Amino acid sequence: MHSPVDRRAVRAAAARTAARRGAVIATVSSIVVIGGLIAALVLSPGWDNFQSLFLSWSNFTASFPSIFRAFWIDIKLFLIVEVAVLIVGLLVAVVRTTTSPALFPLRLLATLYVDILRGIPTILIVYLLGFGMPALYISGLPSDSLFWGGVGLTMSYSAYVGEVYRAGILSVHPSQRAAARSLGLSPAQSMRFVILPQAIRRVLPALLNDFISLQKDVALVSVLGPQEAFRVAQIYSAQTFNYTPIVAAAVLYIAVTIPMARMVDRIQRRERLSQGAGGIA
Amino acid sequence: MTPPVIELRGVTKSFGTREVLRGIDLIVPEHHAVVLIGSSGSGKSTLLRCINLLEEIDDGDIFLDGEVITDPRVHADSARKRMGMVFQSFNLFPHRNVLHNITLAPTKAHRMPKSDAEAHARELLERFGLAGREHDYPDRLSGGQQQRVAIVRAIATRPRLLLLDEITSALDPELVGEVLDVVTELKHDGMTMVIATHEMEFARNVADQICFVHEGRIHEHGTSEQILNQPSTPEAQRFLRRLTDRAT
Repeated sequence: MHSPVDRRAVRAAAARTAARRGAVIATVSSIVVIGGLIAALVLSPGWDNFQSLFLSWSNFTASFPSIFRAFWIDIKLFLIVEVAVLIVGLLVAVVRTTTSPALFPLRLLATLYVDILRGIPTILIVYLLGFGMPALYISGLPSDSLFWGGVGLTMSYSAYVGEVYRAGILSVHPSQRAAARSLGLSPAQSMRFVILPQAIRRVLPALLNDFISLQKDVALVSVLGPQEAFRVAQIYSAQTFNYTPIVAAAVLYIAVTIPMARMVDRIQRRERLSQGAGGIA
Repeated sequence: MTPPVIELRGVTKSFGTREVLRGIDLIVPEHHAVVLIGSSGSGKSTLLRCINLLEEIDDGDIFLDGEVITDPRVHADSARKRMGMVFQSFNLFPHRNVLHNITLAPTKAHRMPKSDAEAHARELLERFGLAGREHDYPDRLSGGQQQRVAIVRAIATRPRLLLLDEITSALDPELVGEVLDVVTELKHDGMTMVIATHEMEFARNVADQICFVHEGRIHEHGTSEQILNQPSTPEAQRFLRRLTDRAT
């Protein structure tokens, strides 16, 4: 005899069994795969060599404090460049999405800016500006290569971020603009209060992805010579003929980028949920 | 004599080679409701969008309170500020709550103090059965509620003219009534309106004049009695017969 309560209990018990079995399978397969990989690494003929070259603990502890201090330059540069990229990228995107004939020259310039700067490898832009601009000896302009490296990163990234913003602006349905204009809002007000808030919300995950990328690419200014994390690690590495300092620098970058990546995941999930509840308006 | 609120003279509009409006003449006196009927694609929506200057007309003139607004030298925003428009798909701003949807134009386009704009908005929400919804986002509201908010948003700037573009076409049938009731109430207040709709009963109730739009022209116009009961042109007869066939 089956009463509804019995059935519910039976189903719950079956679900519990399935969940337990799933957990066991996941654990066993993880142990097998990860254990296998570790075994393959440790038992390989070059393991001892590898360990002393890349994972030397004494080398790590000796170099880590100064690499960590130098890493603050990367963090500071990253934060300043990030703000600049957000502003310049937004300007470029807004200019590119205007339609007024009077703004045609600006639109042309913005398009060229994006095309050219996206077409040159970031390291070349950093190199050209970082060594080139100070060499001009223009009075009033800073001659600090770190400053110009930051400008180079800003230019390269603002071209990408500008396109991300632009995709967001174009994804807002034209009826939103029509509604804003029909209420008497000017084109600029419609952009500021109606289009942009929606556009930015939509491209936020993509923007954050670009910032994870920027966070790593600040290491490119090392070609200009400032004593930031990668540069300091390189110097240690060259002195000791050991790559552990580079690994130490990598650990520092990962310590920043992984939390950022998780944050992006969280925001993406939240956006998906809110969009599911929203639909088009 | 005061000029009509809105007047159209010989308005034409093409999209590419497709002529959508082929010479529209229309006069809407103050406190009048003009209802546009006609099949989809006849040009009703384009006509409303042209009046609101969302589309640029090719030829002819549009006058608002006797002042030409389609002259290229006239600033379109200043004309739009004196009109309100409600769309078929509501077009509420999804990132702003109900209150901020309504107060955006009064505070930004009309430079009304925020407290005044909010007080006025609350008053209107209360009046149209939306009290307590101020802080909800549009996606929390039913279609009927969203459209009522859109109407409130359009009248919060105290416009001279209200344009309604098939405002119940996207609604579930049981929600149509609550939206049309709002419009009927505004009509009683004396709001001047141009309304595109497929709701013939509603048209009969609010219209001072009905225009049958066909192939970009006002094919026939008159009182609701004339147009709905004794249409004189075969096109209008055919259109109305199709509607009644569908209803039964």
